[in-house]
Amino acid sequence: MLEIKNLHVRLEEEDKKILKGVDLTVEPGKVHAIMGPNGSGKSTLSYVLSGRDGYEVTDGTATLDGHDLLDMEPEERAAVGLFLAFQYPVEIPGVGNMTFLRTAVNAQRKARGQEEMSSADFLKLIREKAKELKIDADMLKRPVNVGFSGGEKKRNEILQMAMLEPKMCILDETDSGLDVDAMKLVSDGVNALRDEGRGFLVITHYQRLLNHIKPDVVHIMSDGRIIKTGGPELALEVEENGYADIVEEVA
Amino acid sequence: MALPQAKLDATEARLAALALPAGGTWITQAREAALARVREMGLPGRRDEYWKFTRPDTLIVPQAPKAAVFADDEGLPFDDMDRLRVVFVDGVFDAEASDDLSAAGIEIERLETAAAQDIHWAKDIYGTLEKAGQNPVMRPLAALNSAYATDGVVIRVTGKAKKPVSLIYHHQSETSDAILHNVIKLEKGAELTVLENGPAAARFNQVMEVDVADTARFHHVRIQGRDHERHAATHIFARLGTESVFKSFTMTVNGVMTRNECVIELTGDDAMAHVAGAAMGDGDFHQDDTVFITHDAVNCESRQVFKKVLRNGATGVFQGKILVQPEAQKTDGYQISQSLLLDDDSNFLAKPELEIYADDVACSHGSTTGAIDEDMLFYLRARGLPLGKAQDLLVLAFLAEAVEEIEDEPLREHITVRLQGWLERHSR
Ligand SMILES: Nc1ncnc2c1ncn2[C@@H]1O[C@H](COP(=O)(O)OP(=O)(O)O)[C@@H](O)[C@H]1O
Ligand SMILES: [Mg+2]
Repeated sequence: MLEIKNLHVRLEEEDKKILKGVDLTVEPGKVHAIMGPNGSGKSTLSYVLSGRDGYEVTDGTATLDGHDLLDMEPEERAAVGLFLAFQYPVEIPGVGNMTFLRTAVNAQRKARGQEEMSSADFLKLIREKAKELKIDADMLKRPVNVGFSGGEKKRNEILQMAMLEPKMCILDETDSGLDVDAMKLVSDGVNALRDEGRGFLVITHYQRLLNHIKPDVVHIMSDGRIIKTGGPELALEVEENGYADIVEEVA
Repeated sequence: MALPQAKLDATEARLAALALPAGGTWITQAREAALARVREMGLPGRRDEYWKFTRPDTLIVPQAPKAAVFADDEGLPFDDMDRLRVVFVDGVFDAEASDDLSAAGIEIERLETAAAQDIHWAKDIYGTLEKAGQNPVMRPLAALNSAYATDGVVIRVTGKAKKPVSLIYHHQSETSDAILHNVIKLEKGAELTVLENGPAAARFNQVMEVDVADTARFHHVRIQGRDHERHAATHIFARLGTESVFKSFTMTVNGVMTRNECVIELTGDDAMAHVAGAAMGDGDFHQDDTVFITHDAVNCESRQVFKKVLRNGATGVFQGKILVQPEAQKTDGYQISQSLLLDDDSNFLAKPELEIYADDVACSHGSTTGAIDEDMLFYLRARGLPLGKAQDLLVLAFLAEAVEEIEDEPLREHITVRLQGWLERHSR
């Protein structure tokens, strides 16, 4: 479903190459994890796939179910089923969380030629999903992410994911800043969405999250490349020995 | 002090095009005194410090610049509300279109009617608050108004008014030049909401004097409408008694020239004055909010919250001042003015000022200019909101802080819907 080939990316503003030939394919129903040291380009990959400004693709391709992602606006990518749970969710004062989510759900439906969701259906659905993630009514009413704790922001990302039901979910360090309980809530939220039609790309610095969200494939990224790919045991290896050994072994 | 020749000439040219209306003794005296003030001050000129950001030319030339009448395709403002409608067409009261004023349950009459009498309660307010507001900054267009206003309403409220008074200003003639003066007196403990909307005329000079007695509460919500070519200079002069409340909100969209001055004096302890504005301009839009709040009494609160969204070369101006007199201890003064520039061609000019002579006060002010936040925009788009919709949502969010100053929830929603409507019509 997600196919990334030979992706090369540099910054628009300065002459700095960040991704140096990334190849990656996520099949439907699978969970792929990307691990790697800070600064290796993991967030950049997630931003380039979702269409953030500031990056120039100098080579390579990225498609989702055959759609050329790199040629689409961010909202079009969302409408074909791509979702990024942000490493740093953005605070938006003045825009209510609920209004935002309803607008997003209906915008995507409209883009796909589907009927808008009625207010009643929307309310019912969001209450149900919010409850599972222990998000209270007050958090739904407040402006998007404003005054949310780190853990609340991450849970809010998962709520959005649950409401939008994307085909391809990218989670960028969703585990950072979470305590054990929040980690469990978030993982349960993700696992509830696991489905044979849906792919996941879970970016994380630590192995911890992968105890809860069991990956099928683990990739190690370093300096803009995927330098090693393996099964879940690769994550354990990283946990034990750190990244240095792997980086050295490949070099 | 003699006026510079150019100012003198411009002033006399304007006065020559006007005639003092006839009336009873009280108003004739007030008009003559106001005319003397105009002659002493001279009309605003381009070199005046107070007009540094806004060119007064079109507001003072003898003939009003032509303004095409805009056919409104949107539902009329406040239409769904229970209110007392008072209609003016090109600055002239229209009894047919208005509700029955005698059945309003408050004292309300046309200025002309009040003016015909030899004495009237309005004498203590008409031109008086305006005159008090000339110091320390001159506002000659307001004095011109007191001298020549031909129409308007005078309102006196004792209890709690049952419904809002809705002043509706229709514009039908391309060359109309309206001078309107409203006097509002809230007696002790009274409550009144005044709504205003409509372009009024090709050129509109309006003064509203509001006397808010002890513990009275005055609310004002104004929509300055869509006739783009109109020119307007409006003044509000308010005097606030002990524990009284004054809240005014103005939404301005479109208009090649709008200057809104608001001059408030907190004369009684524990009084509260809030003024707010949300403006959106596209193209050759010029909108100026000039606010002057004087604290004379102890433990009063004042807030100024002004937000402007500007694009395609639009200009927004804010001049706001909080003056705290030596006796006004425990003053709580707040002022914020912010603009959101949707492109590089638009301009926001701001002059925030604090002048404080008391030592035990908490006053703050801030002014910012910025573009739409790219991170917010990307976040919304990444969730599937189309670019235009995401921008509109952020624009409304930006204006929300000003809109939230409106106390009444239905009115607040009404304004939000109209702001939304404007954005949809002007979306790229
Ligand atoms: N907008 C940017 N401006 C400057 N440097 C950037 C920008 N985006 C990414 N980088 C740099 O690119 C490298 C990869 O960053 P990032 O993708 O955030 O890595 P990771 O998520 O793996 O920690 C880092 O050296 C980072 O400093
Ligand atoms: Mg990162």
